[in-house]
Amino acid sequence: MRFDYLAPPTIKEAISLLSKYDGKAKVIAGGTDLMNLIRTKMIKPEYVVDIGHVPGLDYVKYDDKGALSIGALTTIRTLEMSAQVKERHPVICQAAAQLGSMAIRNVGTIGGNLCHASPAADTAPSLIALGARLKIVGPAGERAVALENFFTGPGQTALQRGEMVVEIQAPSMPPHTRGVYLKHSIRGAADLAIVGVAVIATSNGGCCRNVRIVLGAVAPTPMRARNAEEALEGKEIDDALIEKAAQAAADESRPITDVRGSADYRKEMVKVFTRWAIRGVIPKEEAVNETTHIIQRGEK
Amino acid sequence: MKQLIKLRVNGIDEELYAEPWWTLSYVLREELDFIGTKQGCEGGHCGACTVLIDGKAVMSCIYLAMKARGKDIMTIEGLEGENGALHPLQEAFIEHFAVQCGYCTPGMIMTAKAMLGENPNPTEEEVRAGLSGNLCRCTGYTKIVEAILSSAEKKGN
Ligand SMILES: Cc1cc2nc3c(=O)[nH]c(=O)nc-3n(C[C@H](O)[C@H](O)[C@H](O)COP(=O)(O)OP(=O)(O)OC[C@H]3O[C@@H](n4cnc5c(N)ncnc54)[C@H](O)[C@@H]3O)c2cc1C
Ligand code: FES
Ligand code: FES
Repeated sequence: MRFDYLAPPTIKEAISLLSKYDGKAKVIAGGTDLMNLIRTKMIKPEYVVDIGHVPGLDYVKYDDKGALSIGALTTIRTLEMSAQVKERHPVICQAAAQLGSMAIRNVGTIGGNLCHASPAADTAPSLIALGARLKIVGPAGERAVALENFFTGPGQTALQRGEMVVEIQAPSMPPHTRGVYLKHSIRGAADLAIVGVAVIATSNGGCCRNVRIVLGAVAPTPMRARNAEEALEGKEIDDALIEKAAQAAADESRPITDVRGSADYRKEMVKVFTRWAIRGVIPKEEAVNETTHIIQRGEK
Repeated sequence: MKQLIKLRVNGIDEELYAEPWWTLSYVLREELDFIGTKQGCEGGHCGACTVLIDGKAVMSCIYLAMKARGKDIMTIEGLEGENGALHPLQEAFIEHFAVQCGYCTPGMIMTAKAMLGENPNPTEEEVRAGLSGNLCRCTGYTKIVEAILSSAEKKGN
């Protein structure tokens, strides 16, 4: 690997370098993905633009309406450990805690996880389910993109020439809203997901509303399982309905076969993990939270 | 083109000329002779290259040396107990037969140090989760987990 290393001190300079060297330059945040891409010769950038020296991109903030903003350079570890996020958006901590080993989480950033655009990116499903948006800055100024529309294919995003992500925003979670992110993988957190499932729903015992079910690692991009969402929306949930939704999620998933699992196996696992995740967000099934706890620790 | 970089390794300020694409593990091993830091997979998966940067565990094989400028780095060579003796974690690894071929050991111990720095009294489950990024082909992990737990316990006494 050979490249020139540039360390712009401001966003403006970073953008001007990225525009100037369009197609030849790559942003590096933590580098946990980028270094591997370069090492394995998947990409050969001539310039690596380190945004780690740009001040003010590492923060976790809540406004008075409970909306969350996360600076792009915030590490996964910071999110995992944030007491505020744990209280107000626990599903984000749950996802962060399942991304890579501690040493990867110490360096890997939220911006990097999303911009790498792996279909298995562990922070993506819960953030999409929360309705997160990205603040993007580029030569033409600033724009916002819904995370749901940000991914355009494996490793592909809506970022245009010279653009970078500066902030991730998520609205507050309404009362009685719960979220669960489950990851199925061989080496626990230290391995990429075979299947990831985020479920968020509002329910205080009666009907279920605002249901969002988002799947990771089973399509070219993280995907909403809309048929599964529809199966539950506005209904009082029972076992039969959970089965129906889990089956719908499996049916609409579009996995491929790779080293981590066959397409058929992945579809089966979408069903199982969607079932567990839905149970995890329904308040009356406290016992099931225990199951989720167990699943997360891999003691299946 | 090589650039001058300054970093602090095991309490000593170091200066060297580094290529922009050199990784921290390369600089530590090949330029500064801290060969206690091992390289296994060179992709962040095995943990053999774990060092501490400002107290946090990091995989040095995928960490750009340029990013380490001005940082405080600790390798296995920097660990020390009282009066120059072995560090309690090193003692515990010996006592509990947690070392076989030894290739994973520096990474295991540095990860354990970071872990106990944050959580001095971990449960077995927490220790195992903390070690999830470190592979060992020899021990089967049980002895390593026991060593870390016993070292944590002793500190408490
Ligand atoms: C051993 C190992 C295990 C891993 N396990 C997991 C896992 O379990 N789950 C998971 O989801 N990921 C995993 N990863 C992947 C990786 O660690 C994460 O995706 C991490 O969050 C990436 O962040 P980074 O800052 O290191 O990104 P970088 O490598 O710095 O960047 C990644 C990509 O995003 C671009 N980029 C970064 N920041 C920005 C920005 N602000 N604006 C525009 N573009 C940007 C870069 O150009 C690059 O293309 C693992 C990686 C390793 C090496
Ligand atoms: S050599 Fe760095 S993690 Fe394997
Ligand atoms: S002792 Fe040989 S790899 Fe762990």
